[in-house]
Amino acid sequence: MLEDKDRIFQNLYNDKGTDVESSKERGDWLNTKDICLKGREWIINEIKSSELRGRGGAGFPTGLKWSFAPKEIGSRPHYLVINADESEPGTCKDRDILRFEPQKLIEGCLLASYAVNAHACYIYIRGEYYREGEKLQNSINEAYEKKIIGKNASDTGWDLDIYIHYGAGAYICGEETALLESLEGKKGQPRLKPPFPALIGLYGCPTIVNNVETIAVVPTILRKGAKWFSSLGRPKNTGTKIFCISGNVNNPCNVEEEMGVPLKELIENHAGGVVGGWENLKAVIPGGSSMPLLPKKICDTIKMDFDSLIEQKTGLGTAGIIVINKDQDIIKCMARIARFYKHESCGQCTPCREGSGWMWRMLERMALGEASREEVDMLMDVTKQIEGHTICAFGEGSAWPVQGLLRHFKKEVLKRNDFDPLINKNKNIPYLVDQHLLEK
Amino acid sequence: MIKLKVNDIDIDIEEGLTVLQACEKAGVEIPRFCYHEKLSIAGNCRMCLVEIEKSPKPIASCAMPATEGMNIKTNTSMVEKARKGVMEFLLANHPLDCPVCDQGGECDLQDQSMFYGIDKSRYKENKRYVPEKHMGPLIKTQMTRCIHCTRCIRFATEVAGIDELGAIGRGEDMQITTYLEKSMESELSANVIDLCPVGALTSKPYVYEARPWELKKTETVDVMDAVGSNIRVDTYGWEVKRILPRINEDINEEWISDKTRYACDGLLNQRLDTPYIKEKNVFKKTSWENAYKIILDRIYSTSPNEIAGLTGDLTSMETLFSIKEFFSKIIKSPNLDSRSNYIYLNNSSRKNYLFNSTINGIEESDLILLIGTNPRYEATILNSRIRKKYLKSKTEIYSVGDMGDLTYPYKSINNSTNTIKEIIEKKNELSSKILHAKKPIIIIGQSALSIKSGAYIFENIKKYLEENNKITREWNPINILSNSASTVGSYDLDIISSNFSKNKVLDGLKNHDFKILFLFGNDDVVFKKKDEFIIYIGTHGDKGAELSDVILPSAAYTEQNGYYTNLEGKLQKAYKSSYPPGDAKEDWMIINDLSKKIKRKELFNNRDELENNLFTYLKTKKKQNSSIDFSILDFVDEKIKYNEIDYYYSNVIARASKTMTQCRNEKIKIKKNGTEG
Repeated sequence: MLEDKDRIFQNLYNDKGTDVESSKERGDWLNTKDICLKGREWIINEIKSSELRGRGGAGFPTGLKWSFAPKEIGSRPHYLVINADESEPGTCKDRDILRFEPQKLIEGCLLASYAVNAHACYIYIRGEYYREGEKLQNSINEAYEKKIIGKNASDTGWDLDIYIHYGAGAYICGEETALLESLEGKKGQPRLKPPFPALIGLYGCPTIVNNVETIAVVPTILRKGAKWFSSLGRPKNTGTKIFCISGNVNNPCNVEEEMGVPLKELIENHAGGVVGGWENLKAVIPGGSSMPLLPKKICDTIKMDFDSLIEQKTGLGTAGIIVINKDQDIIKCMARIARFYKHESCGQCTPCREGSGWMWRMLERMALGEASREEVDMLMDVTKQIEGHTICAFGEGSAWPVQGLLRHFKKEVLKRNDFDPLINKNKNIPYLVDQHLLEK
Repeated sequence: MIKLKVNDIDIDIEEGLTVLQACEKAGVEIPRFCYHEKLSIAGNCRMCLVEIEKSPKPIASCAMPATEGMNIKTNTSMVEKARKGVMEFLLANHPLDCPVCDQGGECDLQDQSMFYGIDKSRYKENKRYVPEKHMGPLIKTQMTRCIHCTRCIRFATEVAGIDELGAIGRGEDMQITTYLEKSMESELSANVIDLCPVGALTSKPYVYEARPWELKKTETVDVMDAVGSNIRVDTYGWEVKRILPRINEDINEEWISDKTRYACDGLLNQRLDTPYIKEKNVFKKTSWENAYKIILDRIYSTSPNEIAGLTGDLTSMETLFSIKEFFSKIIKSPNLDSRSNYIYLNNSSRKNYLFNSTINGIEESDLILLIGTNPRYEATILNSRIRKKYLKSKTEIYSVGDMGDLTYPYKSINNSTNTIKEIIEKKNELSSKILHAKKPIIIIGQSALSIKSGAYIFENIKKYLEENNKITREWNPINILSNSASTVGSYDLDIISSNFSKNKVLDGLKNHDFKILFLFGNDDVVFKKKDEFIIYIGTHGDKGAELSDVILPSAAYTEQNGYYTNLEGKLQKAYKSSYPPGDAKEDWMIINDLSKKIKRKELFNNRDELENNLFTYLKTKKKQNSSIDFSILDFVDEKIKYNEIDYYYSNVIARASKTMTQCRNEKIKIKKNGTEG
């Protein structure tokens, strides 16, 4: 269990105050100037050696991302964009950072902007976080008053302006390029990559997009040292992470824990255990709704970090743990998730636009037991046709939960949908064979 | 050059190409819906997925830049699965209404699903329905068929320069629509019909008219403006069913204007199909023999000097040449002109009336100055090139006088002739800009040439550029924007009664000097008729026919072969795709017949002879070298007033077209009061 001294977010439960003064008591803003004076290279190298991986879901190494930005400012300005469009179902870590640890985020903005040569930082907050945005704006105003940001921020000689932009409540705007489109005032649809935002991003300028949590841990890493951070967790999965535990647990909560903490320990120690006891556990979605679920058997032993979860064909994602116990109808749960993805698909590219609705409709029928046996395999086929064929990762995000269901609960799905298709496939009918393939 | 492999075949390609283009170079076909060479890359249909070695996922080839050493594979099972998967998704919500769909037979989705798709559907849910959208009188929508390739949106925002077309909603509920379902207000709007890979946007006037395989296709050129867009005319029997663009990178790329495309129904209405004579102010049908007889009687009793002729705006070079020969050899009258207004023309060199920089040259220019012209309406395709150039490099564009929305931003400068004087005398900031520009383009419109200072404007700008060495062998910045298809051809054939701003025919008409006036398809001349005997040889019952005493019906541009010279001086041939209605004859035959009656000798034995004589004339034409006396050029301090052209009504065919009338009404937004029936 993580010791209190190693906790980065000391005020996660808002018992210590959020203003600059009380933040300073917790260590924020103490030697910001000294850190900046060590230079950009030092900051980026420190983040690189801390092996900090992005906390937004994809887990891309943050230091590496920063190093993609051009070293010098050319004809175009650089931008830092903070992704606070936290829309992943089951995830609410950024919200608490915005509310209770805003100074960590603001200080992180300054250090990151300094590291990537950005004078302007945009915080893209999802539209539903209106109150959180207000809170953050107050904190930014306070920081301006204290001259820790703005012109010559914290005496570092670096000018930084932080702007808040509210989204309109689209899940897809959490995708970094869709976020940039939305920030530019366009329809939030992901861009084609390459080019990556680090070279051509906001308004065609080099842009670094980072998650709120990633930026908020940066000051502490730089202050306590990369060594301290990488001593937590295991190699390539270092540091601490806020886990959001929700669903059928007695005490849903946000908790900061070391990477690689066993899932069972997290649920039992922090969330008061599964409703009805550990034996009543059916499945856990380990990383927000877009990650495939894990059945109880795996949950018994799984450790919560990026690589262990990938081994189990799922992912840490945003670390939004959704606990599902045996009182729930797992197919219905997944149908609901599929409906969410059908609703949130941006509609730009074909597989996701057409496939997400198709999956949802099939799952709804499967939940009612109205699908034929054959359709279960077909559903898997459809998810495979979406996965990897889309512009952004939304395709995977919508296909994976369904794949997880079929991977671990196929028997249950088949049991409920156990009747023959209306038309039996007769493979000898020649017109059912692709003619042009026969010629080959 | 980059070396890469496509399906294990080594190829060399230039840098900057995409994977899709590289595959095309290697002769490998990649299916696609959203990709279009002339539009930006969207990469959203996902049909063009290919496998690239060392990449775990298939990659959209249209958006991926080709790099050195790439190993592209298009025949693997991964690619086939991806294509089939995407095709299944595309067809999942696509209605199976091919039998009643106008796109049937030329539908990208139909063709590609035949080759890359699966022949059965696994989609058992209800199909999506999307309500129809209003996009104006030209575009019929059936949005259920839409596959969201966004070609139309990209065309509208990039090429046409209107932002009204876009997508609303997201995911399955994404719908393509115009803003508040207004009609698309662009003269290029109907090109989205060609771009649409499915039957979502189809042609409204052509709805349920014919199937593509029933039509006879003739590749020809357009005469609606002086650009000479390359078109394909599709006919069913006599009727011209539709007109489509043909690719010509030098002229119209892949686009044509709405007038070019839809004025063709004017070829079916208001047609003159038999000779008429006017008796007691009423037209009566008559025979060719009778009509010829009446004309002959008149000609015999009139001295040649009292006979005049005006040629029209859609007349082909052959017709023009036979008219010229008719006037010089048979009638022996010098009173023949092609200009229906007092427009300045210095016929001493071809360069004085051509668009010298060429349409392609626009893309190289670095400064554009418009004088008394609105290219958006006068030469829509040329205007789209200017927009393309502007988008590419934010070229500075100036216009003498405010021309309204030209689809690109420009600086409007004072439209007084004094501005031109200032520029020439280096008192205007533009003077140095023109001199410093490497390839400036100065476009002089007909409005500027037809004012009193027209001669002054043209000759002095020319002199100014010559003195400053801006006119070189490679680049000539002077461009005249002609408005009609036959203008340059007429000037090439010297069909003018007098050089410069003078016009003997118009003067004579004003003073009622003429007893006989031939109108060869000319409906633009404005004069008060007194007791002139007017012979109209043309295609439509329009203004010219109304004035006349004898009407001889002739053939329109789709009904006879004919050469047209476009504003750049390119000679192009229009081919016969249909035949003249009723008793109407091809123009040169009418003139030949008349000559035979008058002089008992045909002008030409056959069409070949006519063509040969025409080309001999063009080749052996002597260059007159007349120097201009600059002191007598009038400078009048006046406004360069732009004579607005009625875009949808600019010639007889367009005026006879119902579709053009609808477009015009849509544009001027005639308010309905309930009494129009």
